[in-house]
Amino acid sequence: MSNLLKIYEDSLRIRKIEQAIADNYQIQGQPQLMRCPIHLSIGQELLAAVFCSMLTVRDKLFSTHRCHAHYLAKGGSLERMLAEIHGRSTGCIGGRGGSMHLTDIEVGMIASIPIVGSAIPLAVGSALASLIDSTSDISSVIFGDACVEEGVSHESMNFASVKKLPVVFVCENNLYSVYTNISERQPNRDLTLIGRAHDIQSFRCDGNNIDELINTFQEAVSITRNGGGPTFVVIDTYRWLEHCGPSYDNHLGYRSEAEFLEWQKKDGLESLSKRLMTSNLLTKENQLLLENKINNEITEAFKFALNSPMPKPSDASTHIYA
Amino acid sequence: MTTKLISTGTAIRDGIAEAGKHDKDVILFAEGLDDPSAVYGTTKDLVEIYGKDRMIEMPISENGLCGVAIGAAMMGKRPVISFHRVEFALLALEQIFNNAAKSHYISNGQHNVPLVIRAIIGRGWGQGPEHSQSLETLFSYIPGLKVVMPTFPNDAKGMIIGAIEDENPVIVLEHRWCHYITGDVEDGYIKSDLIHPARIRSGSDFTLVASSFMVIEAIQACEQLQKFGISVELFDLRVLRPLNLEKIMESVGKTGRLLTVDTGFKTLGIGAEIVSEVVAAKFKDLRSAPIRLGLPDHPLPSSVGYIDGLYVDSVKIFKTIAVTLGLTQSQIAEGTTSLLERRSKVPLDIPDPSFKGPF
Repeated sequence: MSNLLKIYEDSLRIRKIEQAIADNYQIQGQPQLMRCPIHLSIGQELLAAVFCSMLTVRDKLFSTHRCHAHYLAKGGSLERMLAEIHGRSTGCIGGRGGSMHLTDIEVGMIASIPIVGSAIPLAVGSALASLIDSTSDISSVIFGDACVEEGVSHESMNFASVKKLPVVFVCENNLYSVYTNISERQPNRDLTLIGRAHDIQSFRCDGNNIDELINTFQEAVSITRNGGGPTFVVIDTYRWLEHCGPSYDNHLGYRSEAEFLEWQKKDGLESLSKRLMTSNLLTKENQLLLENKINNEITEAFKFALNSPMPKPSDASTHIYA
Repeated sequence: MTTKLISTGTAIRDGIAEAGKHDKDVILFAEGLDDPSAVYGTTKDLVEIYGKDRMIEMPISENGLCGVAIGAAMMGKRPVISFHRVEFALLALEQIFNNAAKSHYISNGQHNVPLVIRAIIGRGWGQGPEHSQSLETLFSYIPGLKVVMPTFPNDAKGMIIGAIEDENPVIVLEHRWCHYITGDVEDGYIKSDLIHPARIRSGSDFTLVASSFMVIEAIQACEQLQKFGISVELFDLRVLRPLNLEKIMESVGKTGRLLTVDTGFKTLGIGAEIVSEVVAAKFKDLRSAPIRLGLPDHPLPSSVGYIDGLYVDSVKIFKTIAVTLGLTQSQIAEGTTSLLERRSKVPLDIPDPSFKGPF
């Protein structure tokens, strides 16, 4: 049984880290220190925390440009993540990729790829390697709703299904591809139909509902881990901030303030906090301690990043070939 | 050392077989991997060595399956993915250029992608505009990829094994007409370097650099030029990226003259890169302006009616060097006649059976 308090802590930590990145991204009158595009996960933290709580360190995870929550939930180093976003040589990939490529191989965060759908076949290939080697670990990939518009997602699901590969496909449906609503890009359909069309057991759940998330991911992961082949999980969620950058962007008019407020009201993290309080698993006092602990960790991690050296221009030409 | 006389196509098959015995992590992907045609025989009878688990029949999903191969390679497998025509690999360029070429770099050296992508260049028998493109420069443009073009059987076997052993993604562009070339091939597990061009002939009057099937045309031209006292130093380029021009520079330093022959387009071809580098480094040694040959700037049509004079052949190479070095009109006519006589009765859309080896 997943530990609700642990999931709450993990999700809260992700939100606070993302908020800290947003707060520090642009400080008026100062030169910007994080000099790469950022795609923040605020509003989408819970699903990452729940899903990754069911994975072992040997399980493999692949992600997209919006990878912060996935990386952190999988156990990726916060210090090295912030160093990466600050372009430092101590970054998780030495400042080679920035925010969109977060990787921490030691904890199974294998790669984040910012080209839509591009990471999906990599996860399938990782699952194929596990199947050939008869290992018990599973592979997984978290991607956005636009990925099902890419042919490569169908190619990957088709192959995973034919070979009964141990891979979990997780689709975060946050309704928007940059500024374009899914209704302008796809027919009005249940996205699980896509998994089913490939004969993959498919699930859909509310990304703000902790019970649904736990039950759905438990079932999907258990099927895939026990030799049942690939599974496909669609999560209804919402990104609170702009597609790329630190700010709210409801004033642009591509989505309504009312729609945003409705999703914000459904915030799964807030509901979970209330529920833990009601059941006395969390007190105001504990929450404050927890927040302080997270804030301190973030402060220290920013210090680490900012005190780390920049990479040298002469190192730009290393690691082209192994 | 035991050898046997086989074709380049069979040698590649044997190389893949040896690699499969040598390393259990080698896995194969292709459409029709074990079907009656078995990628023109290059993956024939490998099930006994590889077993079904390591022979991955590809759905018709080039980009997806290329990505799958890259993912498996990142996890320690050594996939070999074969495309019947290089044009099908175009569907997979996103995975090849982004993930295969860059994972090692982006991960700061943490990931390796030991992947081999075989892509076959078609020619003849009315293949037409989308079955006969020679797109080596497209792949050679991308740092992080290695790009090789095997020509001769023994080298082809060594190169495919070398490519499989390599820790990097290697694009192996095989000309369909090179598949038919024969030669003595060493038994067992043999490895060729993926570093240097190979000097096929030594000479002092002209440096000639060709790749893939153009090497075969070049050899005939060189033999004819020799009759008129012209000694050509011929290189089989072999490795297009990383491009190592050391031997070619040295040769031009000696001959003062350079001709490049691309298998693909002349414009923006690999010859353009070679000539530009040579001019920059050896300007003072050059006795005449370097010359490039390659395909004209248009798609390659199907009908045999269009073909005459379209591809670079031994005659064009012979004439180019002969004119530059000032052979007489009658000498040029004599050499041309001799080259043309050789394949007089053979249609232009099939390889010259009188010149397929053994080399």
